[in-house]
Amino acid sequence: MIEDRNVDVAVIGAGAAGLAAAAECADHGLETVVIDREELPGGILRQCIHNGFGLRYFHEELTGPEYADRVVERAAASGVKFQMNTTVSDVRREENGDFTLLLLSEQSGVTRVHARAVVLAMGCRERNRGNLAIPGGRPAGVFTAGCAQKLLNTEGMLPGKCAVIVGSGDIGLIMARRLRWSGVEVKAVVEIMPYASGLTRNVVQCLNDFNIPLYLEHSVVSINGRERVQSVDVAPLHDGIPILEQKFTINCDTVLFSVGLIPENELAARLGVELNPATGGALVDADYQTSVPGVFSGGNVLHVHDLVDFVSEEAARAGRAVIRYLEGATAAERNPVRAGANLKYVVPGYYARGRDTVFAFRPLGVWASAMLEAELDGRVIWKRRCSHVRPAEMLLAELSGQLLNAPGTLEFRLRPEQDEAAVEEA
Amino acid sequence: MMKKKELICISCPRGCHLTAERGEGSTGEWQISGNFCPRGAAYAIQELNDPRRIVTATVASDSRLLPRLPVRTDRPLPKRMIAPLLNRLYRLRVKIPVKSGEVLIDDVEKSGVRVIFSCNCKE
Ligand SMILES: Cc1cc2nc3c(=O)[nH]c(=O)nc-3n(C[C@H](O)[C@H](O)[C@H](O)COP(=O)(O)OP(=O)(O)OC[C@H]3O[C@@H](n4cnc5c(N)ncnc54)[C@H](O)[C@@H]3O)c2cc1C
Ligand code: SF4
Repeated sequence: MIEDRNVDVAVIGAGAAGLAAAAECADHGLETVVIDREELPGGILRQCIHNGFGLRYFHEELTGPEYADRVVERAAASGVKFQMNTTVSDVRREENGDFTLLLLSEQSGVTRVHARAVVLAMGCRERNRGNLAIPGGRPAGVFTAGCAQKLLNTEGMLPGKCAVIVGSGDIGLIMARRLRWSGVEVKAVVEIMPYASGLTRNVVQCLNDFNIPLYLEHSVVSINGRERVQSVDVAPLHDGIPILEQKFTINCDTVLFSVGLIPENELAARLGVELNPATGGALVDADYQTSVPGVFSGGNVLHVHDLVDFVSEEAARAGRAVIRYLEGATAAERNPVRAGANLKYVVPGYYARGRDTVFAFRPLGVWASAMLEAELDGRVIWKRRCSHVRPAEMLLAELSGQLLNAPGTLEFRLRPEQDEAAVEEA
Repeated sequence: MMKKKELICISCPRGCHLTAERGEGSTGEWQISGNFCPRGAAYAIQELNDPRRIVTATVASDSRLLPRLPVRTDRPLPKRMIAPLLNRLYRLRVKIPVKSGEVLIDDVEKSGVRVIFSCNCKE
């Protein structure tokens, strides 16, 4: 006999997103369970022992574990139930509109949860070497940066003695410093773009402080070694093509990849949730409701965030929408929202007339200053100047419902006003 | 002759490029330019006279759940004290339970900086 449990809301993932959504629901008196495969709640925050979290949400600079402890305590105080060490292996929508989740755990084997609404908060996973197709052997010593971070920060395991980091995203930069502070040599960070993809402050504190060279517009063209990594070959890029005549070799025993994150949406796909190819996450309306009624999404599984504070805020909004849904409110109107010039995507993908909405974007380039504009039916209804625009930093636009007063298509775009180079010369 | 130094402010994500200038041989105040807000000037002067960083690390523990416990300094530590502090932390093994904010080292090399635990651990 499979054990069954009935709840109002089932939240998949106990990271910052799941905890924020769950706390809202439980505060409202809904029976809410958060399910996570890890032993401790908090998600990716547990392994991020560096500071730089919570400036917006808690008005102080916290480390990842401190932020996690606070949001776990808040959820527990609201009455959220935790089901840890448990993987959600399947979700099904029943004919009556309720959901059945299939859970696996070492302790209780296979169990089921029946819920009236589901929040997808599974976070993201790292792109790895396989996604990049770098030639060379398959020696030991190749890790994703996040995996090395987890091993080092939660178990104290060093990945090697001497490392090269591929990709200059924030996780790679943070790991460069962590390795140096743990006695591991870091020979170089190699980035294909002409600018670092992480924050400038991380380039300064994590690379410049340690004189670690950053090779921009360079690519690792081969990883060498039979059993263990012995070296990598690096070449400059010209129009995206490596110039092999100029390649050079860096000796190292470890290679870390920090080349981007992908939302973890296998469960969403099984539910038949429509995905947005630009984000890799679900296509949602102003309520963060997916194409499947009763299924909501927030945090990194919806689109990859650079700041946890925004994850908490977004998922709390999703949690409040779950409450409205369970109280029988009609679904939000679905007028399309489009990402126009210089924007990679916009979330949510629909707007509802008269509804205050926070839109999130990823810019496609680096500009010292640019105008973010919203156009509804050929009319610019809102604009804001953004300084220091870069793909590493998400942009937000809060539009009041009064502006969103007509049906049609809402398009956001970014009009560059000033290049970075122009400012540095001035 | 003016003495000139280039810095990048790390006080916020904007990352302003700062220039600090003062007369050659002078020991007076640096003149700072390029900062978008006053925090940049304060950062540059601190960085030129006495560079400091927040330090985060882990220490070994006898916990089953968290064999490495995260710790951090409660404020920025003078840079030259970072390596000795890390060596000291990596030799420690602490007993649980510990609470977030609890002090592990009270006064690092008389700097007034404390090392505190940055997570709760009961088991
Ligand atoms: C390595 C790294 C460094 C970062 N550094 C910073 C920083 O310095 N400052 C900052 O503000 N932000 C930082 N961020 C961003 C921020 O911390 C994250 O965006 C945020 O914590 C993500 O929260 P989340 O809840 O969406 O996802 P996660 O924290 O990833 O939580 C998802 C949870 O879902 C669980 N899960 C997934 N699938 C299943 C399943 N099928 N069954 C059960 N459980 C499942 C996972 O175990 C995990 O616990 C960083 C992010 C990463 C990845
Ligand atoms: S000077 Fe001000 S705005 Fe510029 S990086 Fe420093 S704190 Fe930020």
